Amino acid sequence: MSFITVNNLWKEYGDQVVLENLNLSVKQGEFCTLVGASGCGKSTFLKMLLGQETQTRGELLLEGEAFPGEPDRNRGIVFQRYSVFPHLTVRQNVLMGLELEQKPWLGKLFGSARREALEKVDAMLESVGLSPSANKWPHELSGGMQQRLAIAQSLIMRPRVLLLDEPFGALDPGIRGDMHDLLLKLWQETGTTIFMVTHDLKEGFYLGTRLLVFDKVRNDPHDPQAFGATITYDLPIGQTDRKLYEDINQSVSETARNQAA
Amino acid sequence: MRMINHHPGRVSATLLGLLPFLLIMLVYSLASQERLAENPNDKLLPGLEQMTAAVERMAFQEDRRSGDYLMVQDTTASLARLGMGVGIAALLALVVGILNGVLPLVRANLAPLVSALSMVPPLAILPILFIVFGLGELSKVMLIVIGTAPIMMRDVAQRVRELPGEQLIKIQTLGANSWQVITRMALPQVLPRLIDAVRLSLGPAWLFLIAAEAIASTEGLGYRIFLVRRYLAMDVILPYVIWITILAIVIDQCLRLTNRRLFPWYNAGGH
Repeated sequence: MSFITVNNLWKEYGDQVVLENLNLSVKQGEFCTLVGASGCGKSTFLKMLLGQETQTRGELLLEGEAFPGEPDRNRGIVFQRYSVFPHLTVRQNVLMGLELEQKPWLGKLFGSARREALEKVDAMLESVGLSPSANKWPHELSGGMQQRLAIAQSLIMRPRVLLLDEPFGALDPGIRGDMHDLLLKLWQETGTTIFMVTHDLKEGFYLGTRLLVFDKVRNDPHDPQAFGATITYDLPIGQTDRKLYEDINQSVSETARNQAA
Repeated sequence: MRMINHHPGRVSATLLGLLPFLLIMLVYSLASQERLAENPNDKLLPGLEQMTAAVERMAFQEDRRSGDYLMVQDTTASLARLGMGVGIAALLALVVGILNGVLPLVRANLAPLVSALSMVPPLAILPILFIVFGLGELSKVMLIVIGTAPIMMRDVAQRVRELPGEQLIKIQTLGANSWQVITRMALPQVLPRLIDAVRLSLGPAWLFLIAAEAIASTEGLGYRIFLVRRYLAMDVILPYVIWITILAIVIDQCLRLTNRRLFPWYNAGGH
């Protein structure tokens, strides 16, 4: 049985169709990148995986069970910005999840339990390269380091699915390369299933095991919202060539232009 | 060069800031001297001498009738009322504001009431407070609470709702329950904002305090000012007003420094 199953999934807001007839089956441990023009439902699909939105029609199953209707500790998330807590230091940010899990009322750990948790936290900070900044406030970190922190904060909970919503969109190209290497390393170490939304088609081609292209098949020039997007390409990474990249790039750009018109 | 691009240096900025104060003092002392030259017993614009004598009498000599230092007694009585009123209001604002901000069900239930209450002119219900709570301390403290709490409640709720939605999602993915969302995310981030709200509320709080003391009291800064008004004792009133202003500035600055000390992340642009 597949880990995540999507059957005939539709998402509509009133007259506006965002996603139509989505079908997908993802195995545990896959690293899927979601690309497409803005407004093609990538982020909406991610929000459904997160439990922030529900589908209008169709099924969304996690190991054969319907997805919980609100975010929970099994699904980690990293947004483009604002995913860390400004009132906690780097170390406290990563410790937060462990404290919340073990102390439903106090929400804080003390004594030996805290020391034990902090060992895990420090190991996690080590693996994302944030050890030297452990006692800094988030606002003292660069954008790339804040994203490292957000990833560490999520991964310490060992979520079954890690969702990334354009996590590197606001970073400089050089930093982005470092973050790609870090993410691939962490993915190999933890074996977590990852879904990553990106604007950057190249990033989609390079990272992960599977590329999902969200695009509109049909377009009504008089009513751009009448048709929704669906998955037009579902490619295993590594079997892609230059020609295909250009085809996808052209199709996605065309949809973007139609949306804007 | 355009006016909007002229920036004063450090020294000239300080001097420019001091200038209006000096001008006011100059104009006052000239007018006072002129009146006193005409009539040495003039009460309307007392000179520095008369005012220091009044302060000496009020603050550093025992009152002949009661044996108290009146200005000290007035100050402690007023500050106690102010502190209690603003303290209770801040606590209420924190509880109601956070619940309103975090829990949609409570918001639906309480937010309209809070908005309506904040529109009631507090001085209009002062007679009700006197009738219900009597003329003692309680009614004065209640006036400050009723006058400042609803606006602070709205402010705190607004600050909670301004926290990025991403944070709220994130803490849920870390497994937080609603209580933990309040205690570990909303409360710590809203505390420095509450202190800012208290600073803004101190102005109205002083207003309500003095109004209540003027109407029914036996001690307090506002009581004294309104009492000596009968004798046209400007030599007491003016130092009292200056003293109240100094107290207000000191309290405000103490709160500002407390905020900076307690919440380094807030003031360094971490929000």
